[in-house]
Amino acid sequence: MFLAWIVAIPFLGALLPYGAVRLVPKQACGAAASLAAALVSTSALIIALSHTPDVFAGGEVHASMPWIPRIGLTLALRFDGLAMVFVLLILGIGLLVILYAHFYLAKSDQVARFFAILLLFQGAMLGIVLSDNLLLLLLFWELTSLTSFLLVGFDPRSIEARRGARMALVITGGGGLALLAGFLLLGSVAGSFELSEVLAAGERVHQHPLYLPILLLILLGAFTKSAQFPFHFWLPSAMTAPTPVSAYLHSATMVKAGIFLLARFFPVFAETDIWFYLVGGVGLTTFLFGAYIAIFKHDIKGLLAYSTISHLGLITFLFGLGTPLGAVAGLFHAMNHAVFKASLFMAAGIIDHEAGTRDMRRLSGLWHFMPITGTLAMVAAAAMAGVPLLNGFLSKEMFFAETVHHEWLGHLDWLLPFIATLGGIFAVAYSVRFIHDVFFGGPLQELDRTPHEPPRWMRIPVEILVALCLLVGIFPEQTVRPLLDLGVQSMLGFEPRYDLAIWHGFSFPLLMSLVALVGGLLLYRLRRWLFRAHDWVFPPTSGASVFQRLSTGLQLLARARMPHPTQASLQNSIAWLLLTTLVLAIWPLLPALWSLDVAGLSDWLMGLELSPLDVPSLGAGLILVVAAAGVVGLRRQRLQATILAGVIGLVLSLAFVHFSAPDLALTQLTVEVVTTILLLLVLYFLPQSDVARLSRWRRTRDLVLAVVAGTGVAALALVIMTTQTPSIAEYFLHAAKPAAGASNVVNAILVDFRGFDTLGEITVLAIAAAGIFAMLRGIRLHTPQRDLFGRPWSPDVHPTILAMLSRPLLPMALLVAVFMLLRGHHEPGGGFIAGLIAGIALVLQQLASGQQWSAERLRLNYTRLIGAGLLMALGTASAALLWQRPFLTSAFWHSESTWLGELELTSAMVFDTGVFLVVLGTVMLILDNLGRLSGHRQHGRRAGHQVAAHPAPVPAASAPALGSAPWKS
Amino acid sequence: MILTTTVQIALGMMTLALLLNLWRLMRGPDTSDRILALDTLYINTIALMVLIGIYFDRQAYFEIALILAMMGFVGTAALCKYQLRGDIIE
Repeated sequence: MFLAWIVAIPFLGALLPYGAVRLVPKQACGAAASLAAALVSTSALIIALSHTPDVFAGGEVHASMPWIPRIGLTLALRFDGLAMVFVLLILGIGLLVILYAHFYLAKSDQVARFFAILLLFQGAMLGIVLSDNLLLLLLFWELTSLTSFLLVGFDPRSIEARRGARMALVITGGGGLALLAGFLLLGSVAGSFELSEVLAAGERVHQHPLYLPILLLILLGAFTKSAQFPFHFWLPSAMTAPTPVSAYLHSATMVKAGIFLLARFFPVFAETDIWFYLVGGVGLTTFLFGAYIAIFKHDIKGLLAYSTISHLGLITFLFGLGTPLGAVAGLFHAMNHAVFKASLFMAAGIIDHEAGTRDMRRLSGLWHFMPITGTLAMVAAAAMAGVPLLNGFLSKEMFFAETVHHEWLGHLDWLLPFIATLGGIFAVAYSVRFIHDVFFGGPLQELDRTPHEPPRWMRIPVEILVALCLLVGIFPEQTVRPLLDLGVQSMLGFEPRYDLAIWHGFSFPLLMSLVALVGGLLLYRLRRWLFRAHDWVFPPTSGASVFQRLSTGLQLLARARMPHPTQASLQNSIAWLLLTTLVLAIWPLLPALWSLDVAGLSDWLMGLELSPLDVPSLGAGLILVVAAAGVVGLRRQRLQATILAGVIGLVLSLAFVHFSAPDLALTQLTVEVVTTILLLLVLYFLPQSDVARLSRWRRTRDLVLAVVAGTGVAALALVIMTTQTPSIAEYFLHAAKPAAGASNVVNAILVDFRGFDTLGEITVLAIAAAGIFAMLRGIRLHTPQRDLFGRPWSPDVHPTILAMLSRPLLPMALLVAVFMLLRGHHEPGGGFIAGLIAGIALVLQQLASGQQWSAERLRLNYTRLIGAGLLMALGTASAALLWQRPFLTSAFWHSESTWLGELELTSAMVFDTGVFLVVLGTVMLILDNLGRLSGHRQHGRRAGHQVAAHPAPVPAASAPALGSAPWKS
Repeated sequence: MILTTTVQIALGMMTLALLLNLWRLMRGPDTSDRILALDTLYINTIALMVLIGIYFDRQAYFEIALILAMMGFVGTAALCKYQLRGDIIE
């Protein structure tokens, strides 16, 4: 289980940067956050390294724990050679990126957020490469898409960042869906979702009729993630991310996830024609296309992005060949590319940082200002171009050799080496362009600042990576060979003979390299004509703009298809909802309705055994009907309608009492008051009268809908209540005491039997509260100065009698709330009701004595309250796992004590307290924030303080803000 | 026996009172009348609950009555505050 920590540490450690920032003074925040992040990555790396001896000894490390066995999802991890190669890349480059990002983000105040998301990404990426279960892999796969979305859109104020983030999410997330479908099919064909079994079932998958759809779906996932043509365009758009992110996610790791998938499933899928044509074809197209476009990009990061696309295409192509040597070369190039491209992005970031621009048309002659960075970039760019003695040369040479030795295309065999060389020429050309345009090419033009070398430590990561390029390039056998051997061994299951020598003698691949170098230099010399020709031949369009147009078009289409686009009103939505329900419900009943036996029906109705009617019930029914009709009649006078709606709520809760549902009655009563307060808060900002008269048609439509729907529900209720079917209630009634230790079955269902539902519900509640909090933030609405009848408001802001009467109510109400909470498990009550009662008691104080008055006495941070409640519920639910019990298993403990009498404690109690806190926090947050919507009425406030018997009104500015509301004045 | 009959008669009277409350609530004529009517409705409901509690000898009804008393007050206070100031939480 030790292995799981490699993945778990980054996830858990994502909280660490936030914690670190809290602990240190403001000027040390950045350092603390980066240090925390580095610490997390280092710990994960140490654990990974501690497992490497086993792998080097020829073994695999496995760890597995059931999660949801019913759907075949296990927390299964495997640490083999292939996983190790990627783990070392992810954590090694991750550490360097963290160091680099520390300097890159030095001035940002969002350092903690940045590192937290980066660590989340790191954990997800490690999860992908370590997963031994297809479904688990997919989970992590989607997590990388999500974290990438958050990192690309790291600056939410920039429209490009938002657009790029959305595009990346749609493309990679869409690919993830395809991958899910592919995995589900693959799992059903292979008979298991365990990777080991799937890999062993290669032959069966080949023969299966579903082979092609499975392959297509999985490749769709891989290609979108690895930015293969035609899904490549999200990658250049994602370059709006901070440069450390580009270096880490969009060149070294995340885009390699698709490649990893190809490598992982190589034994299952390769060696078929369709694999070669699809993977090889897409890879080669991407390789050539990316390399060509890269030459014309003026933005350094744009150039590097297209070069990344091209290299990813190259790797994909190598895997697509389906030969063992091709796969070796692919894996090797994936490693090399990660190293040199990360260093190039870092260099680009340094240039951007120190020169203030990344536009190569504005940059030139930087060599004089930053010779060391220049040298580093030059070496890395040379590796990218495939210059001998560097790592890129070795793998590119293998690529050239593979194209030459290939015999699939028959008499078109010359095509592959030709395209490979052409792509090589382009690669040399854009590499030269990057170096020459930025560091040479005449004296420096006017810039906003004078560029200079970056801080010493910012260069360290680049230096390490460049040193790796050289080391691998010169001593491949001694440095990278052992690691590559292991990766290849676990990928293919055997070790093909391959040679990593720098010098193979004069051979055709070497000739191709030379042609590429010379051709690339020549192409760069002729760039002026090339650019002109490019502009003339290719229209200025891009995948990104097509995507943008497509998504805008879709949105417009959706909006046009909506009923009544101009009247996006609640009434209309409800009408449509009701209509749909009615149609769906009545449709299957039509034949029965057609041949309805009216006489039989009335006989049945007459024969029903009804409970005896008593006077209060009759009276309550009458009140309900009259009040409901009254609301309809008075709906244009909103206040009156609100009062009448209160009557309906009251009678409804009486009905619950009558039918022995005290829990429901209590809930209904409390919700009723909260609803009234909510309506009144909103009513203040709405026009009091003059509600537009509805057209005759609208009224008829609504009447018909209401009558039909109401009759339908009544009929349904009648049928359900008069039909004797075995109900699930029996089970709960019998099981509540022995299984949950509860006498109150309703509460036992809420916190125990269906505890998972409750957990979901309070989470939704918390999300809704957060949404309301975010939407109301900083909003000030116009406040009417006069009431419905044009009278000025009363100057008495907080009437003394009300204030004085309300205060003693608070302790009593809180007592009732605690009582309800504590006894909930045995008698009517529980966290939900208690939360509402406590919330209402606190709101009453705000209402009677003012928000400021309450804030001075009780400083509640509602968001934290909600968070604490959620954590409490989640903690109780997960605590069961510590005792090897399923999630949400509750424990109860019973004892007789001399002092306290009979004492019974259940863990569900803690869970219910969590529910209490969430409900209380949500109610308070919503009502409090709605109460803040009105603009200031300084005159009124001061008057209020005098009435509320305050000796000295506290100046508003120095008053402690209630909750975490920073806009409180 | 006497208790049962008394409670039954009282229940009938309370129901009548509730209906009269509703009458006032519908008629108005003022918003204040309606708010008062709602408040009285709550108070009469409390009585009704207590009566039913005595009748069935069940404690749960008394608790409902307690909560009703508390909630009814808050609702009335909010409505009155709205009448006075428009802005109920300020």
